[in-house]
Amino acid sequence: MNLTLHVWRQAGPDAPGRMVRYEAADISPDMSFLEMLDVVNERLMQTGDSPIAFDHDCREGICGSCSLMINGVAHGPNPGTATCQLHMRSFADGDEIHIEPWRARAFPVVRDLVVDRAALDRIIAAGGFVSAATGSAPDGNATLIPKDTVDTAMDAAQCIGCGACVAACPNGSASLFTAAKITHLGLLPQGQPERLQRARRMVERMDIEGFGGCTLYGECQEACPKMISIDTITRMNRDFLRASMTPVRAAVAESD
Amino acid sequence: MNRALALWHSSIGKHAVMAVTGVIMVLYLITHVVANLLIFQGPSGINAYSRFLHGTGGALWIARLVLLVAVVLHIMAAVQLTNRRRAARPVGYAAGRQPQVSTLASRTIRWGGALILVFLIYHILHFTLGTVHASFVEGDPYHNVATGFRNPLVVVFYEIAMAAVGLHLYHGIWSSGRTLGVSTPSPRPLRRQLALALGVLVWLGFAVIPLAVFAGMVPA
Ligand code: FES
Repeated sequence: MNLTLHVWRQAGPDAPGRMVRYEAADISPDMSFLEMLDVVNERLMQTGDSPIAFDHDCREGICGSCSLMINGVAHGPNPGTATCQLHMRSFADGDEIHIEPWRARAFPVVRDLVVDRAALDRIIAAGGFVSAATGSAPDGNATLIPKDTVDTAMDAAQCIGCGACVAACPNGSASLFTAAKITHLGLLPQGQPERLQRARRMVERMDIEGFGGCTLYGECQEACPKMISIDTITRMNRDFLRASMTPVRAAVAESD
Repeated sequence: MNRALALWHSSIGKHAVMAVTGVIMVLYLITHVVANLLIFQGPSGINAYSRFLHGTGGALWIARLVLLVAVVLHIMAAVQLTNRRRAARPVGYAAGRQPQVSTLASRTIRWGGALILVFLIYHILHFTLGTVHASFVEGDPYHNVATGFRNPLVVVFYEIAMAAVGLHLYHGIWSSGRTLGVSTPSPRPLRRQLALALGVLVWLGFAVIPLAVFAGMVPA
């Protein structure tokens, strides 16, 4: 198939960027989207052009590195699919495809389609973990947890931290990302002692990083390659509001 | 006090303020729309209700004060959150961000809110103070309504504003439950029956009156 690409090219963080047009001829419909870009890059290098920089690692939908806004839709047209799992058969011969980086103040462009998503790491570092040392893996049934609780926690734990929720959100909010971790840990017994302060610290960090607030458009849920539900945002809001009603000193004393 | 301030500074706290003040205004709107329908009973019904409200003395002013505070806080939070939203994405998408599932109601929540504010000011000048009313009679709401919709432009403005109120409630009521963390988990979290029912009922209840008056169904 033959395609016309419009790709965001930007030489560095402070360099001006622009959309550049490329013809991508003889693309196999069985290629993944990233393989298509590999082919385009190989041809660019043969002609002495610099290849298009984009993030990728596992290419099997589990690492969250790939991060492309494809025709204005995060990770492209297929629901529940990361860019690396999107195949060219989802497009038609002759299509024009616009490829842009995630756009958010908290995600500065590093080069071309690569953005710095360290802001998400800092949200996790603010409290998205259980601080107690738990030793080696415990016996499977040592702590009994109801099946539906485990399932809901596992659904939230599927977050791969790609940032599509931010990219797709009209508010540029990282609520789905933050809420997924708060829900994952907040549902499990190991996460209970730090539950409220975790919600408070992670939400505070999310605000400090410059993400927008959540008005529940629902776009994040649709963009999420793991289809994480906005129910997690309801849980985050509940935990955060409860934390705000709880005296700060008592909450900090729990674990500091 | 520090905790209240910290809450107000957070984006979730501001949304919670919007949700709580929104719920207060929705509760008021429900009493407003039910009382409005008294107009179809002739002058006795709605004028008696008006006398009852004014007879409560302080209570009327307390209600007005609560509503005023709710409106002011709702707008303050909305403006600040809108500023955060602008700052959160200084460079937009060249191809445009294509909405996938968001409703028209959610996408018009800000401009709709601004329109409702303009309407609210006009509405108070129209029926509370009478400033922009051609033949305002203090204490006779039946007469004021029956003569207040002769100008088709006024009717059209009211109808547009009421559609905006309906849309605003459709997204606002649903999202308030989620903002405050009281909604129950759902396999289809974007579905919103309660908000749909309330939004439609409030919209129709308000929208019918200017049309009925204009059509001559409320004799002066
Ligand atoms: S490259 Fe790992 S998720 Fe796409």
